[in-house]
Amino acid sequence: MSDATANTVAAEGEAQFGDYVALLKPRVMSLVVFTALVGLLVAPVSVPPMIGFTAILFIAIGAGASGALNMWYDADIDRVMKRTAKRPVPSGKIEPGEALGLGLALSVLSVVMLGLATNLFAAGLLAFTIFFYAVIYTIWLKRLTPQNIVIGGAAGAFPPMIGWAVATGGVSIESILMFGLIFMWTPPHFWALALFMKSDYHKAKVPMLTVTHGRAETRKQILIYTALLVPVAIGAGLTSIGGPVYLTVAVVLNALFLKGAWDIWRRDEEAAEADNYLVEKRVFRFSLFYLFLHFGALAVEAGLRSAGMGGW
Amino acid sequence: MPITETHEIHKRRFSRNLGVALCLVAFIAIIFGLTIAKIQQGYSMEAFDHQPRLSITPVEGEE
Repeated sequence: MSDATANTVAAEGEAQFGDYVALLKPRVMSLVVFTALVGLLVAPVSVPPMIGFTAILFIAIGAGASGALNMWYDADIDRVMKRTAKRPVPSGKIEPGEALGLGLALSVLSVVMLGLATNLFAAGLLAFTIFFYAVIYTIWLKRLTPQNIVIGGAAGAFPPMIGWAVATGGVSIESILMFGLIFMWTPPHFWALALFMKSDYHKAKVPMLTVTHGRAETRKQILIYTALLVPVAIGAGLTSIGGPVYLTVAVVLNALFLKGAWDIWRRDEEAAEADNYLVEKRVFRFSLFYLFLHFGALAVEAGLRSAGMGGW
Repeated sequence: MPITETHEIHKRRFSRNLGVALCLVAFIAIIFGLTIAKIQQGYSMEAFDHQPRLSITPVEGEE
């Protein structure tokens, strides 16, 4: 049998270019692009546009590579869950080995290119982020602890820090606070979703807080993490990246988010089922705006500063 | 078999091949743009990794 015949036999459901793009989790990549770009823009050192563009592109490709590694390792649980069963690996369009190969190749490419385009510190931070998401989160802790969302959130929090490192070559209180903003935001954001989305994580034997510790405990944890998020978000406004615009936005958004988390905590399942999880859905939708508007306000402050206004 | 003969697989894999080709062209364009941007910064650098080399930077006060 020639190669051509073998390939004709395997024609059913063959992977197209779009399937390889899907392997890189483009929606996650878009969030990475946005937050890394803000991290780059708010830094006190300006970066030539072409170098900035290249840096953001390869940070996004690095994030995509860790997504591909995640899909390679998690193919068994993705196959079991309805939401993920159509992903390229569990649906059989892409071989697991191909996903692993693409993930590893793009990881090396993104880290090397970021190092060449910017500096070794930023490249090292990107390499650590990929390692953290693929190995620490996906392979090690995701299936082990119900705090998996908190750990996964740390991986998603690194991009603005990398963007900052691209410009400055280091870490500072500002970049740590941008990291903290996404890190502390992820648990209440995701657990609000987990309360109203009846997912099948238990079928895949992934320990989710709603299943392992119950829904009342999840409501309490949402309030705790939101309360811890408030000083981080407002604190960022008092540093060199903040200013009156950011601080106003942060105070209003955090008051609203805290009120939402309080409302979630005070409800029980009976009340939530009676109005079809209205409060939980509202808080989840609000959390999306919350993060977007915080980083948007930081970008606005940077724009105002470069025009001689804004900032402290 | 002459390469001019088009098999069904060529049609089926067109999107994949086109995508890879466009990625390669984009990669070349990025490397070119990056090189120009680095040169315009005016650093004393060696070409192989586009990084400034302190060893070839003139010491202040010397010719």
